Amino acid sequence: MRFSALRILKEGLTGNKGWTPHWRDPAPKPAYDVIVIGGGGHGLATAFYLAAEHGLTNVAVLEKGYIGGGNVGRNTTIVRANYNMPGNSEFYSHSLKLWEGLEESLNYNVMHSQRGVINLFHSDGQRDYAARRANSMINQGDDAILLDREGVRRMVPYLDFENVRFPVYGGLYHPRGGTARHDAVAWGYARGADMRGVDIIQNCEVTGIDVENGRVTGVQTTRGAIKAKKVGIVVAGRSGQVAALAGMRLPIESHVLQAFVTEGLKPCIDQVITFGMGHFYISQSDKGGLVFGGDLDMYASYAARGNLPLVEHVMEAGMTLMPMIGKARVLRSWGGIMDMSPDGSPIIDKTHIDGLYLDCGWCYGGFKAVPGSGNCFAHLIAQDRPHPAATRFRLDRFRTGVGLMDEEGTGSQHNLH
Amino acid sequence: MRLPCPICGERDRREFYYRGAALALHRPDPDAGDEAWADYVHLRDNPAGVTRDLWYHEGGCSAWIVVTRNTVTHEVLGAELAEGAR
Ligand SMILES: Cc1cc2nc3c(=O)[nH]c(=O)nc-3n(C[C@H](O)[C@H](O)[C@H](O)COP(=O)(O)OP(=O)(O)OC[C@H]3O[C@@H](n4cnc5c(N)ncnc54)[C@H](O)[C@@H]3O)c2cc1C
Ligand SMILES: [Zn+2]
Repeated sequence: MRFSALRILKEGLTGNKGWTPHWRDPAPKPAYDVIVIGGGGHGLATAFYLAAEHGLTNVAVLEKGYIGGGNVGRNTTIVRANYNMPGNSEFYSHSLKLWEGLEESLNYNVMHSQRGVINLFHSDGQRDYAARRANSMINQGDDAILLDREGVRRMVPYLDFENVRFPVYGGLYHPRGGTARHDAVAWGYARGADMRGVDIIQNCEVTGIDVENGRVTGVQTTRGAIKAKKVGIVVAGRSGQVAALAGMRLPIESHVLQAFVTEGLKPCIDQVITFGMGHFYISQSDKGGLVFGGDLDMYASYAARGNLPLVEHVMEAGMTLMPMIGKARVLRSWGGIMDMSPDGSPIIDKTHIDGLYLDCGWCYGGFKAVPGSGNCFAHLIAQDRPHPAATRFRLDRFRTGVGLMDEEGTGSQHNLH
Repeated sequence: MRLPCPICGERDRREFYYRGAALALHRPDPDAGDEAWADYVHLRDNPAGVTRDLWYHEGGCSAWIVVTRNTVTHEVLGAELAEGAR
């Protein structure tokens, strides 16, 4: 079933009776060439690119819950390529380019909206850093504009510019940044993979990873044993637990990150605005809800819900930055389980077990990485060598200390990201 | 979440700074080798369930404490002073 304007018109006129399910619901086969563990954004994208770019279609995605139930359906949907460090810079640039062609390659409306991202700064030192980061972005071939205070004021006049503690000095503006509809991304990749022959198997939890003579041979699941020549682990917040099934310990600590949405309002916030000093960021969804969030709750958690101190902190930061939102009523809040790595950057690598691959450590920024990670992980699995855009996401960097990508400059240590 | 400081009693989570897994108490010998040190600094059991982690009572008595709690339910099961805890 292909989507087109004509098709929508026809269905609209005939009672929308012709739409069919977006993907099949197959029973697991006894064996596959590749098994992808985890049907989040990254797992589904991996399967899609395995089929679309590497001709590997005897592939299954095993998802313990339902498609879109993990972080891919819980994030605040920001998509950007404004990283500073080599490694991250080329990767997120690659990912953003894939985003820009995604709707066509998937024939699916993921509502990718390049509405621009503004990172505010509040001191001369922060302005210098923003300029440096902007130059890194431009050197990478992406777009960055340094706005002074009046430039920011023209775009977002409603901020509290004269705030005593954090007066707005300006902003790093990234016009190609923006948002996308998160679950549509999961559905679009699921449908794209399914159309190319990939089996998407939901309610199928992987409970064991079979290894013989140092080589992976398959997995145990709640729907029986399944053989595979290659297995990719891409389970976000559950990475530590799934890797433990293969006897591995990872440099990952799972933390909870919360987000919030208000009742629907008329359009008022046109861009994505981040207020790093207050750990606050915000955008407005196409339905009108203000979508915002802050930092981690800052303790290891698998609860997928947070605690009240952080709620209070985020609300305070929001009111500090834009007092106008004070009358909006918060509708919902929720949390997701983040796979935090020590340096805050991801891992896409082989493991010490032949045929077992690992993609994790996306921290709170892995939604924008969905196309890039799927693309690069599929490349690694299919070709057994890293994609050029992801050569630095090595697992051993934590042991050797070589190539750590500490974007925030805080140190490579778990509790600092 | 409220944490039971052995010295101050039950206190708001905001009074504490989080360090992470209580593994940090098992510092290897300086010459233990890079595997042991990489393990110590970076690798984690990261359990979904009962865990022991280190908190610093920054806004209170300044003690480091080891809290036993459940990462799935946020239930706090107990705490002891890190000194001598291991
Ligand atoms: C509140 C919040 C806001 C965020 N905001 C942003 C943002 O604005 N921009 C951004 O770029 N990123 C953001 N992120 C981060 C982003 O959502 C994640 O980094 C990313 O979605 C993780 O990859 P995923 O989609 O594959 O994860 P998930 O969707 O979590 O996929 C992992 C899947 O693995 C499955 N699984 C786990 N164990 C097993 C098993 N044993 N067997 C089978 N399946 C298993 C899970 O059920 C799950 O569906 C945010 C996250 C949160 C929680
Ligand atoms: Zn105390």
